[in-house]
Amino acid sequence: MTAFGDPVDAVIIGAGIVGCAMARRFSLEGASVVVIERAPDILSGASKANSAILHTGFDAPPGSVELQCVQAGYDEYMQIRKDFNLPILDTGAMVAAWDDSEEGRLPELLDQALLNGVADARLLSRAEVLAREPALGAHVRAALLVPREVIIDPWSAPLAYATQAKALGAQFRFNAGLLSARLDGRLWHLELPAGTVTARSVVNCSGIHGDTVERILLGEAQFEIRPRKGQFIVFDKAAAKHLRTILLPVPTARTKGVVLTRTIFGNLLVGPTAEEQEERERPDVTRPELDMLFAKAVELVPALAQAQVTAVYAGLRPASEEKHYRVHSLPEKGYFCAGGIRSTGLTAALGIARHVHGLWAQSQAASGKPTVAPQTFTLPNLAEHLPRDWQTPGHDGIVCHCEMVTGREIEAALGSPLPPGDFGGLRRRTRCAMGRCQGFNCLARLASLTEGRLSVPIAPEVDR
Amino acid sequence: MIAETYDVAIVGGGPAGLSAAIELKRRGVEKVALCERGAEAGGIPRHCGHPPFGMREFGRILTGPTYARRLVAAAAATGVTILTKHAVVHAGPDGLLTVATPAGIQTIRAARILIATGARETTRAQLLVPGVRPLGVMNTAALQAFVYQEGRVPFRHPVIVGSELVSLSAILTCRSHGIRPVAMVETEQEVQARPAFFALPRMLGVPVMTDAQVLAIEGSPRVTSVRLRLAGGTETALACDGVIFSGRFIPEAALVEASALALDLGTGGPVIDQHGRSSDPNIFAAGNMVHPIETAGHCWDEGRRVARVIAAGLANAKDAEPDKTPGRRIIAGAGLKYVVPQRLTPEGKGTAPTLNLRALGAARGRLILSDGSGTVLRTQNINSAPKKPIRFPLAGLDLAVDSSDLQLRLEPRP
Ligand SMILES: Cc1cc2nc3c(=O)[nH]c(=O)nc-3n(C[C@H](O)[C@H](O)[C@H](O)COP(=O)(O)OP(=O)(O)OC[C@H]3O[C@@H](n4cnc5c(N)ncnc54)[C@H](O)[C@@H]3O)c2cc1C
Ligand SMILES: Cc1cc2nc3c(=O)[nH]c(=O)nc-3n(C[C@H](O)[C@H](O)[C@H](O)COP(=O)(O)OP(=O)(O)OC[C@H]3O[C@@H](n4cnc5c(N)ncnc54)[C@H](O)[C@@H]3O)c2cc1C
Repeated sequence: MTAFGDPVDAVIIGAGIVGCAMARRFSLEGASVVVIERAPDILSGASKANSAILHTGFDAPPGSVELQCVQAGYDEYMQIRKDFNLPILDTGAMVAAWDDSEEGRLPELLDQALLNGVADARLLSRAEVLAREPALGAHVRAALLVPREVIIDPWSAPLAYATQAKALGAQFRFNAGLLSARLDGRLWHLELPAGTVTARSVVNCSGIHGDTVERILLGEAQFEIRPRKGQFIVFDKAAAKHLRTILLPVPTARTKGVVLTRTIFGNLLVGPTAEEQEERERPDVTRPELDMLFAKAVELVPALAQAQVTAVYAGLRPASEEKHYRVHSLPEKGYFCAGGIRSTGLTAALGIARHVHGLWAQSQAASGKPTVAPQTFTLPNLAEHLPRDWQTPGHDGIVCHCEMVTGREIEAALGSPLPPGDFGGLRRRTRCAMGRCQGFNCLARLASLTEGRLSVPIAPEVDR
Repeated sequence: MIAETYDVAIVGGGPAGLSAAIELKRRGVEKVALCERGAEAGGIPRHCGHPPFGMREFGRILTGPTYARRLVAAAAATGVTILTKHAVVHAGPDGLLTVATPAGIQTIRAARILIATGARETTRAQLLVPGVRPLGVMNTAALQAFVYQEGRVPFRHPVIVGSELVSLSAILTCRSHGIRPVAMVETEQEVQARPAFFALPRMLGVPVMTDAQVLAIEGSPRVTSVRLRLAGGTETALACDGVIFSGRFIPEAALVEASALALDLGTGGPVIDQHGRSSDPNIFAAGNMVHPIETAGHCWDEGRRVARVIAAGLANAKDAEPDKTPGRRIIAGAGLKYVVPQRLTPEGKGTAPTLNLRALGAARGRLILSDGSGTVLRTQNINSAPKKPIRFPLAGLDLAVDSSDLQLRLEPRP
């Protein structure tokens, strides 16, 4: 069995949003880190499929770790985003009420927002709502406006965190699912398909497998993951003109509900559903739910009846048997867990990373290592409302015409410090084949351009 | 930035755009530019490595790539300025085109614009097909680009969804590259192309399953099976390593949408009159952009016809300010998916067009053309496969007598 190098300070299990942010924070604070991920690329679990909203925490449980992490994550994102060229689409959000009982709940939501420090939240009358969003269904009653909720690029942000971690020395191992683990005195030995890693501590960021991984490490788990599926429909770009503000429903105890929002890529998104399921590996889309989402979108914005569908997808939230985050630690064993990050992880990741790193640092005997120079670099912009590569002279032509992705961008992604491991990873780094034709025009070309450069190739065989 | 100026700018270098360009030059139009977003002009036929193409145009049967090369050579020979890697992102009412090129964004100004951006097949996502999203799911055109352009075989045992002409083209493409389709699945009650054609899959041992629903696509990272509910209600799983979604063409209308031209919900393309003129009198459209989908020869012919109208308009000074009267609307009534053109303008009287239409489902019964008062003007019996193009000639009718809406509907045969 090969051992991969010397023991490191921390192994981070899982390269979802949380694992990527964790790797960055630990690396920034001077810790040596290995990230192990069972998939061929980062963002292969819950983190590949979300609504891409950067939340203010206006509706989070007051006093919770979640609220603290969401707000810390929000602030840190806003602080660092310019360094990495990470975009926001400044939309604001509206919790819209469509009947008496929903309207009756708006004041209490406002109170909660104010209590959570979201001081600019305010109620809008029906006339104000319609003035802001004239395409909304006429039966809208009122809304709570949360001006600082914005849309981000859900893939470039964690990619920036991971790339920075890598620049600071973090190692990433893909196709490296944890098989078994042994704690030997003060050292963890983690067995992977291609060898073992040794570390002084382990940070569990394994999302949908948070409990499984905890069981592998500790023999038992303090929590149980209850996957909750969210399905989405992405409408074509022409539909995006109908809405500016993120449209949120009045939340229920179980879910934030079905959202209608623009994406940073210029589309309009409706979803997610909230469906409990046992199965952890199969985020499938299903017809009745997609039909329901379509109907819901038309109910909210009637003009969408004619909208074209660009894509459908589903994500599995790593929810647990309880509503709150499952963040805990066993310092004496060098075990730290950021589990059950079900529906706000995109926003909270940077905050969770700070929080967990804090727990870890407390457990370290020495006063900790010196922090290192942060190493920033810019990521290619994928946001539709900001200058894209195709607008800049000198590219060698467009490969994906629906999303206007140039050959230069594909090449840059393949040659980047954290190159894609599979086609999904390439799509998330460039937007290629994500548009209305879903590869009708470019898929074959992309198979050739990526030949020998993805650990899971687009097409398996070559016939010449 | 100073805009390059042309008499006519054509968007899209497929059969329709190329034939229009050639015809314009033949008729003495001086400066004709053709913008093609791909690295070469030629359109879809470039990657259809099979016949039949070219009968009408060249009097012989060619494969798609040969046909495309010939059209491009003919256009180049007549002096058309072919601008490849030029993707048009906006067409303005003032004749201004915004074009994405490797040298950045450029502007082209033209007295007339012709949009001939073709059509594409409906994707799995648009059909809201359930299941997971593995590698190996693609349209016929993507498969053809794999095997004919890139020399790659993306799978060995795919399921073909659809039963249009292009679905048969998918079978042929597969068979000539050692790919053995597992089945041909049609969600409608009957095959969509002419039934006689389905001797082909039968001969090749590819079962054709009509009235079958795709319950789920399974597999990770590649397709491993498709679950189906068959006509009788039984459920089954077909092991496969790919899925081809064939047909259900829709116009490549992004440019039309971005440019705020009137759209027809039936075709998904721009509303045009019998001359191919859109709601902007300086912007024309032709090819599969206006009627998804016809053969390459039909699109070629249409490009030529629209080019004649454009050339005449440019030559005739008093017609330079084109007729802006909306004309008579033609509405696709009960039983019909679309009717093209959607308008008849009084201009160029005497050139009574033939309507091009598609039924919703099986086309059996009587087509009835009536005017605003409900008076029946003409009827025609039809009996053809669902996706087969139907023609309804207007020759001999005097349609200039009033301006009420015309309606064409299909009365199904009992
Ligand atoms: C439908 C939906 C909508 C959402 N909308 C929003 C939103 O608008 N705003 C917001 O802030 N948040 C949103 N979220 C929440 C956010 O996406 C999640 O909280 C976040 O993605 C969770 O990240 P994670 O890193 O904990 O989990 P994951 O992304 O699942 O990452 C866990 C990783 O661990 C890996 N792994 C698992 N087991 C092992 C093993 N044994 N060995 C090695 N690796 C392993 C997995 O492959 C995976 O990559 C949404 C979530 C969903 C599903
Ligand atoms: C798989 C398949 C098999 C077929 N087999 C046959 C056959 O055997 N025989 C037959 O007769 N027909 C066949 N056809 C149909 C035939 O290909 C079409 O009828 C024909 O190509 C339509 O011509 P067109 O000019 O309208 O559009 P296309 O051929 O689709 O050309 C449109 C062109 O416009 C370009 N374009 C699009 N948008 C822009 C933009 N914004 N800026 C610049 N350029 C743009 C595209 O890149 C493309 O080159 C087949 C079609 C398919 C998909």
